[in-house]
Amino acid sequence: MKERISLEHGEGGELTHRLIRELFVEHFGHHDQARLDAALLTLPAGKIAYTTDTFVVSPPFFQGGNIGKIAVAGTVNDLAVSGAHPLYITCGYIIEEGFPLDALRTIVETMAEEAKKSGVRIVGGDTKVVEKGSADGIFINTAGIGVIPPGEELHPEEMEEGDAVIVSGTVGDHGVAILAARGELGITTEMKSDCTSLYPLISNVRKASQGIRMMRDPTRGGLATTLVEICEDFHVTMEIEENAIPVKREVSGACDILGLDPLYLANEGKVILIVRKGEEEKVLQALRETEEGREAALIGRVTRRGEGKLFLRMPLGSTRRIYRLSGMQLPRIC
Amino acid sequence: MEPILKEVQDAGLGQSLLREVIRLADRFKEKYGHPPAYMEVCGSHTHALARTGIKRALKDHVRLISGPGCPVCVTDQKTIDAMIALTEGENRIICTFGDMLRIPGSKGSLLKAKTEGKDIRVVYSPSDSVRIAKENPDNEVIFLGVGFETTIPVLGIALKEAWEDGVKNFSMWVTTKLVEPVVRYLLDSGEAKLDGFLLPGHVSVVLGKNQYSYLVDEYGVPGVISGFEMNEMLSSIYLLIELGLKEEAKIINNYKSVVKDEGNPQALTIMETFFTPNDEAWRGIGVIPKSGLDIREEYRSLNAKIRFPVTVGEPIKTKCRCGEIIRGLVGPEDCPLFGKACTPMKPIGPCMVSSEGSCSAHYKYLRE
Amino acid sequence: MCVGVPAKVLERDEFTAKVDVLGSQMTVGILLVPDVQVGDYVLVHAGQALQIVDEMFAVVSIEEWRKLVDGTHS
Repeated sequence: MKERISLEHGEGGELTHRLIRELFVEHFGHHDQARLDAALLTLPAGKIAYTTDTFVVSPPFFQGGNIGKIAVAGTVNDLAVSGAHPLYITCGYIIEEGFPLDALRTIVETMAEEAKKSGVRIVGGDTKVVEKGSADGIFINTAGIGVIPPGEELHPEEMEEGDAVIVSGTVGDHGVAILAARGELGITTEMKSDCTSLYPLISNVRKASQGIRMMRDPTRGGLATTLVEICEDFHVTMEIEENAIPVKREVSGACDILGLDPLYLANEGKVILIVRKGEEEKVLQALRETEEGREAALIGRVTRRGEGKLFLRMPLGSTRRIYRLSGMQLPRIC
Repeated sequence: MEPILKEVQDAGLGQSLLREVIRLADRFKEKYGHPPAYMEVCGSHTHALARTGIKRALKDHVRLISGPGCPVCVTDQKTIDAMIALTEGENRIICTFGDMLRIPGSKGSLLKAKTEGKDIRVVYSPSDSVRIAKENPDNEVIFLGVGFETTIPVLGIALKEAWEDGVKNFSMWVTTKLVEPVVRYLLDSGEAKLDGFLLPGHVSVVLGKNQYSYLVDEYGVPGVISGFEMNEMLSSIYLLIELGLKEEAKIINNYKSVVKDEGNPQALTIMETFFTPNDEAWRGIGVIPKSGLDIREEYRSLNAKIRFPVTVGEPIKTKCRCGEIIRGLVGPEDCPLFGKACTPMKPIGPCMVSSEGSCSAHYKYLRE
Repeated sequence: MCVGVPAKVLERDEFTAKVDVLGSQMTVGILLVPDVQVGDYVLVHAGQALQIVDEMFAVVSIEEWRKLVDGTHS
């Protein structure tokens, strides 16, 4: 019979010990840290970047990844887009009683593998098991620390008219992959989630150009919501071009059927870069050299400082203002 | 087919069509002293005209008036309250289209009921709710069915499936609307001054082109049946203005790839088999005789209104002007609540909830 | 009032068909289009195929619109 996580795995006794030793410590390799109640770390000089995020993906496995991959990539990405070199991650698990041990093992393996891509170490963790019905399979929280070496800080406050708005690839892939994986709306697709760690790509781009003003990863709320937030937070107005935004054919198809807008669908492996005018070609080239950035595109410009508004130029030539997602996107028939 | 789809959205053709539409519209104005005014009956047109930028690009040349074609928006408050009250019963699974979830009732919404723990599920197809009923034999599964003629046959198919498979725990609460009675109402009342109709493409797939002859024969008003892509809509507006300039009242089918003269006979048969005309209440208008369909007496066991009667009080009046908006009398910005008390996050009227409601389209796509 | 999309029929049985919309697939009912064949395009609304798309008419329409803009329309 398939082995499952039981409440005893969370009681702190022998089963807990075995789970930690044989699964987490084994895969994450934090033998030294696991002996103490806290991981003791040394950080290089610079500004510390520190972030946390909780992952509640339903279902935990989908085309292109699983919750573990997102949990590591999501935190690595938050550090990387802030201009930091990600160094350490901790992870906390809330597991529903009955969750298959095999699935947990796969998730943990994925996390170790994903961390390796960015040279990040997983240095600590915690596991809680809750009664059946108290959680949906598995929830993971990760927190990450990174360092921005002196001189590598980003300066979003310097954004100005003419700066380029670049996205590293097609938008909405993750949103559609998850919709399909849920199976509720009857859509199936071969398309994979774009979920991935962006640190290698971002390193490549930062080496190529000094002209990056700021970066953000457009996760929940999608490209549109993230850009609206940038505009509002830094008081700049931007104009993006509808036809320039890369969208996969499958994403367009799923959005057509369900009446959704790809600009508001989640991404888990994309970055938006605001780049000083004149540097855009270098940045695009550096992005396109990487697998994740092959479909990078210049989608618009900062048009002025001052008020924080986002405009979309439509194919007919007129523009409309874009707002953040109101509530949640619901499939519609009318 | 994909190259064709690209062309119906082609920006170059769109810009040329736009230029020609404006040129013709200005000639129309010269001739008649006012810009041409057309009503798009269908809410999907309202949404698409705003989203593609056509409405904004034409704003000084053609008056595009949103009509009563958003099924969510035209459903009267009392009916909405009744549908929300249905969630109160024990062991019920309420299934509906995503469009319905946020509609504000006098007390709460379906989304709020869901948050409070009621089992409310969004389905893409009504047939999915029949499947849910089969999978949950101990629950009563009720589908909330709204829609115009496009959706009514699809509701009918779900009824057919439940009937033939003897699914005892499935029923449907329908509040459907028909295009012709409300169009006649608008023309008879003479409230909105119109030079023609942009006719709903997907309703016409079911009804057929011939069904619109009353517009020409009885009212002398032209109409063009249109699809929903940029160039389909622009060319349809062009054809409408051209008819006006030629002083010709006729119906043009500009969506021939799917709209036939006689409609879809299978769909019409399904409608006829399962439904019967019903006096429906329209928001802001009141009851229009035989302006909707309800489930036929023979299938009363599938009719949730009979199986689970609910009584709701008279709704509280708000300053919401959805009623006038769907009749094309005022625009969203004429409503004192628009964009202030009433936004897509906290909608007061259904025109703000449904993505194809005039207020929602205006809020999302036309506000600066 | 209704979202409808063209979808290509990949497989069909008596009452349902598997269709493709730009690479995303779903199963739809075909009760309203009993003559549909694999390879046809259908207009899908709320899980049912409402009509078979006549591609020839679609092409002719586009030609007609082109005539509207190049002045050859009569």
